[in-house]
Order: sequence, then structure tokens, then C-alpha cells
Amino acid sequence: MALKNKEIFLNPLGKNNPVTVQMLGVCSALAVTSKLEPSIVMAISVIAVLALANVVISLLRNTIPGRIRIIVQLVVVAALVTIVNEVLKAFAYDVSKQLSVFIGLIITNCIVMGRLEAFALGNKPWPAFLDGVGNGLGYGIILIIVGFFRELLGSGTLFGIKVIPEAFYEMGYENNGLMILPPMALIVVACIIWVQRAKDKDLQEKN
Amino acid sequence: MNKDSNVYTIVYASVLVVVVALLLALTSEALRERQSQNEAVDKMRQILTSIKVESTNENAKELYNKIIIDAFLVNKVGDRVDGSAFDTELVDELNKPEAERCYPIFVADVNGSTKYILSLRGAGLWGPLWGFISLDEDKKTIYGASFGHAGETPGLGAEIDKPAFSNQFAGKKIFNTQNNFTSVAIVKPGKTDSSRDYVDGISGGTITSQGVDAMLFSSLEAYKSFLIKE
Repeated sequence: MALKNKEIFLNPLGKNNPVTVQMLGVCSALAVTSKLEPSIVMAISVIAVLALANVVISLLRNTIPGRIRIIVQLVVVAALVTIVNEVLKAFAYDVSKQLSVFIGLIITNCIVMGRLEAFALGNKPWPAFLDGVGNGLGYGIILIIVGFFRELLGSGTLFGIKVIPEAFYEMGYENNGLMILPPMALIVVACIIWVQRAKDKDLQEKN
Repeated sequence: MNKDSNVYTIVYASVLVVVVALLLALTSEALRERQSQNEAVDKMRQILTSIKVESTNENAKELYNKIIIDAFLVNKVGDRVDGSAFDTELVDELNKPEAERCYPIFVADVNGSTKYILSLRGAGLWGPLWGFISLDEDKKTIYGASFGHAGETPGLGAEIDKPAFSNQFAGKKIFNTQNNFTSVAIVKPGKTDSSRDYVDGISGGTITSQGVDAMLFSSLEAYKSFLIKE
């Protein structure tokens, strides 16, 4: 195995970030980031599902028939997500009400399938677990950054609490309604990518 | 063993599906009772929110039993019929033929004044919407409201379940000065509606806001004969 465990965990946070470098999971970054709180809830749930699914697929990796491996991965992810949701409904009902809409989004999150296919199928459970947590974190960081800017500039609040002082509004400042709408998530993600590539020349494509 | 053979693939898929089905069934069976308790508590909290009573998961049942003094069903013409109002889901009733429908009504005693709480049910952008609306004793003026949804977009349509939206309803009339039923309009923020009382919708949640508008009209209309009855 070429990669050390530490690299497996840290690479997705920077140079191999699933959102800004691999361009995966962008659809959910559009949908849930108009407020900071759901962004964080989504990040945590993706980390949990991704780590668990990676471990399960890694344990099964020597038995899965090649021709139906995608279906097997999908069944495992869907089952995990459903179980997590049921448990939340029983023991943390308020959280599960918030999560309801994200459940479908986690199953269709390309990062989950991507990591299962690219990593868990060929590695032992412990590295697979680290890879899952690392990629989930890499995704979550981007989501939280996007959620932070969209809520701050779009609604003038963070976690629903007003942070932009009333004096600013009296001086003519206005909330940018466009930040609330999905297209701005794409533009904020693009700005993050811009910053990252400007700092890290290795990521720039050579013509 | 040949992992690519048809037999292996079919057997593997079948075993996997059976194992997953068993796991899901077991989880669901084991947790169902706790879940339905949670749902009942959540419903009580929604009803309490519609009469502006703050509650927690712990004290919801106690408060509910204290404040809700009566709960009953009415039929299409506004007469009281037998049945449990709390267990009657408006969505099931709306699937029945009109003549057989029963509509739940909860009566609350808020600091000595009577409030009528009506159930609402409609459709948003991605899934069902529901809610409770409380009316003053005149059955025309809204006292409070609470809304819920299954899958509206967080930060956009999902904002309907926040107090910032539902608090706007207090004091609005659902009948106009000629005593015709008008419901309350949900308009785009900044717009107005001269023909009836209105509240601001959610920015970026136009379809959900329209869903709430339609839900209010159709659900309240179903209660109309009860509301105009003396």
C-alpha cells in the first residue's frame, strides 16, 4: 500500500479535497448551504455515513461479485442511512426532523459512492475508516465555509442570530438576497477553488 | 470459487437483500414504539405552538393535558361526530369521499379565553406540508399558527416552520368585512393583496409559500360550516 494512514486522512482535507479538487458532492453544497446550521448537520451526517459505509464495504471487499459491486455499495449506503435515520427518530427526534431532507441527498452523494469504489474496495477496514472520515471532513469544511458566507451575507445572521449591527443597515447596507439562492453556492465554491489553486500551484492544470 | 459466475452473483445479491431487509425490519420494529411516542409528543408541541405556548419534549404532555380542554371531530356540515380528534390525521380524511370526512378540532383555554385549533394539510415543493392554526372565540381572527414540512429546502422553503414566518399570522382575519370566507393570502415580500388579509412569504421559497397559501385556503374552507355556525 503506497499511502500512509496519515496521508489517507489528511490528503482529502487539502490537495485531494473531494469538492474543490475532485468536483464531487457539489449538488448538496448547492442545496443545504443557505444557512450555517444545516451545513454543519449535513457535514456530520456525511462523515458518519461515509466512514461506516467504507468499513462495511472494506469488510465485504473480497466477496463482492465485480458485476454487481455498484448495486451492493448502493444497498449498503441506503441501508446505513435508513438505520441512522430510524435511530435518530427514536432517540433524537428534533435532530431527525432537521435531517429528514438530507437523507436522500446523502444516498445520492457522489463522494460516498466515489470513495467506496476507489478506496474501500481495495483496502483494509482501518485505512478505509480513516479515508471515510478524512473525505467527509474535507467535504464538511467546504460546506461550512460556504454556509458561513451565504448566511452572513444573505441574511446578516449566523446560526440564526443577528451579527451584522443595525447601524450598518441604517448606513445603507442591505442583505444580498442573491446569496440565499442556489447559484451563489456555486460561485462561493468557485471562489474557494480559486483561492486554493492560487496558493497551491501543483493543482493548476498545465496547458 | 468463481466470483464472476451467474450463480454466485445471484446468490450473493439474494443473501444481501435478505440480510438488509431483516436488519431494517428489526430496527424499525424495535424502535417503533419510541418513535410513535416521539411523534405524539411532537404533535402536542405543534398544537401548543399554535396557541403560542412554549413547551419542551418533557413537559409537552402535561401542558397539553392542562391547556387543551376539549378535542372533537366535526363533519362536513359542522356537526360534532364521534371519534378521537388526536388520532385523526387530516391527510387520511382528505383521501375519503367528501361526505365521510371528519375534521379534528382542539379547544384550548388560554388564560381564560377559548381558542379553536384547526388542523391544516397541503403540499409544498418537495413533499407534504402540515400545520395547526388557532382562532379566537369569534372563529374569524387568527390567534397563532405553526407549520411543519417533510422535505422543504433548508434556509429556503423550510423557513415556514420558523416563528419569524408563523408569528405574522396573529390578528389576521379569515373572513372579510362582508363575512365571506377569504383565508389569508401569502404574498411575495413587499407585495400586497387588497382583497384580503395577507402575510409575507419566504424569499427563495415561492413554491412553498404558494403551497402554504393553498393549504390554508383548502383546509380552512373544509371547516367553514363549523366556523360560521353559531
